[in-house]
Amino acid sequence: MRIRTIGLFALLMLAWTWTVQAQHKPTHEEQHRMDEAQGHQAEADHHQLTCDCTPKEDSVFNTAKVAFHHIGDANAFHIWGDLYFPLPVMLYAPGEGWTTMMSTRFDYAHNHGNGRKAINRYVMVEGVVYRVADVQFPSEEVAIDCVTEVEHDGESHPAIVYKGQCYPLESKTTWDGGMMGGGTTSFMDFSITKNVFTMLLVFALLWWMFSAVRKAYQKHPNQAPKGLQNLVETIIVFIQEEVAKPFIGKHYFRFMPFLTALFFFILALNLIGQIPFFPGSGNLTGNISVTAALALITFFRVNLVGNRHYWQHIFWMPGVPAAIKFILTPVEILGLFIKPFTLMLRLFANITAGHIVLISFVGLIFVFGKMGENLLGASIGVVTAFLLNSFMMAIELLVALIQAFVFTLLTASYLGDATQEAHH
Amino acid sequence: MTGSITALGLGLAVLGAGVGIGQIGGRAMDAIARQPEAVGPIRANMILTAALIEGVALIAVVLGFLKG
Repeated sequence: MRIRTIGLFALLMLAWTWTVQAQHKPTHEEQHRMDEAQGHQAEADHHQLTCDCTPKEDSVFNTAKVAFHHIGDANAFHIWGDLYFPLPVMLYAPGEGWTTMMSTRFDYAHNHGNGRKAINRYVMVEGVVYRVADVQFPSEEVAIDCVTEVEHDGESHPAIVYKGQCYPLESKTTWDGGMMGGGTTSFMDFSITKNVFTMLLVFALLWWMFSAVRKAYQKHPNQAPKGLQNLVETIIVFIQEEVAKPFIGKHYFRFMPFLTALFFFILALNLIGQIPFFPGSGNLTGNISVTAALALITFFRVNLVGNRHYWQHIFWMPGVPAAIKFILTPVEILGLFIKPFTLMLRLFANITAGHIVLISFVGLIFVFGKMGENLLGASIGVVTAFLLNSFMMAIELLVALIQAFVFTLLTASYLGDATQEAHH
Repeated sequence: MTGSITALGLGLAVLGAGVGIGQIGGRAMDAIARQPEAVGPIRANMILTAALIEGVALIAVVLGFLKG
């Protein structure tokens, strides 16, 4: 029992560091691809990418770009206007080593979050750390001309201009292998980013809340609960009666801490992502790495407590004809992996879709106001955006609660399957 | 005709979700009409099933964001 707890704790720490890192070490073939990518980048430079420092005025509001910028992770917290909350930056380049500093070293004050310095080929573009793809770029601290964009394959990528020459930038390595526009590049970002900071904040908040409730129980053990204790007790009893007991059955109490922690953690992350200003505004459950880590924890917990009947139901389902068993077993094995996968995607998709819709509605102000030209249009946009966003935010509150509940409920259901008694 | 096939696919996914959740809502209304005192459990199960169906539809939406 003790060993299992320690083992589970170790797995939890592993999953947590995965969330924090959100990357993977490149394998041998990926290293080849990385080198290839750098070679191609050098080729692209020879194809005369032109970019300069003339300030570009956006004539049309680019909703997708703004939305993805706001729901993405960043290395500095943008609070208001030119006010940033700087965060430590820790970058690792395989073969080169670590670069650790505060994000203020990039000197991005009064520059829309674009750094004025390149340190070891790292630059900051709108609060996110990128790296100059060209290996020939000087690796000491240099002052760059400006941060701009360059058109390539019909898409615009960030680039910097240094001594009149254009240098395209590459973003950090992402674990999804490039599916959502990432891939393996020359560096990995292990910084305390917006997301990591927000997760630590949520951790501290939940710790404080549960400590207060525990002290309340210790101070007056047999009295009616009041205040915060009342609220938390209501929720925990709800999880116990509506989620744990019906779905897990007799041994529900063993999993109550896990289910309660899951529910409160996901709910807190969802809600703190809904607050549009610092210290909220960190989009955690809308980040697939975070939901992947949660689904992975569920996957390990469910399969580590699986008993004989669980595995028998998967590999050799009792009570069906032998011919069907041969079809059913591969399906069940697939289901073993698809269930946590859908857990991850469901939470991620719901929260991300909500955020994108909210940001798009705010973008209506700029669309109606034709990017600052039409004041009447902008005013109408403000009223429309206000009404639509009030409605959407109410729905998003509901979605935050429902998604936390559904994740917990499905986890309880899978745990119930794993600890099922023989009933045939 | 301009636009992307992705947008068409997303519309179809939303159509599927609409039909599914509409069915759940309709059956839930019938059940509440038959037995008004069971409103609580019916409402809870309706929201749960709707969330599961919406999950699948939104998975389709997210897969539309994939590049290449």
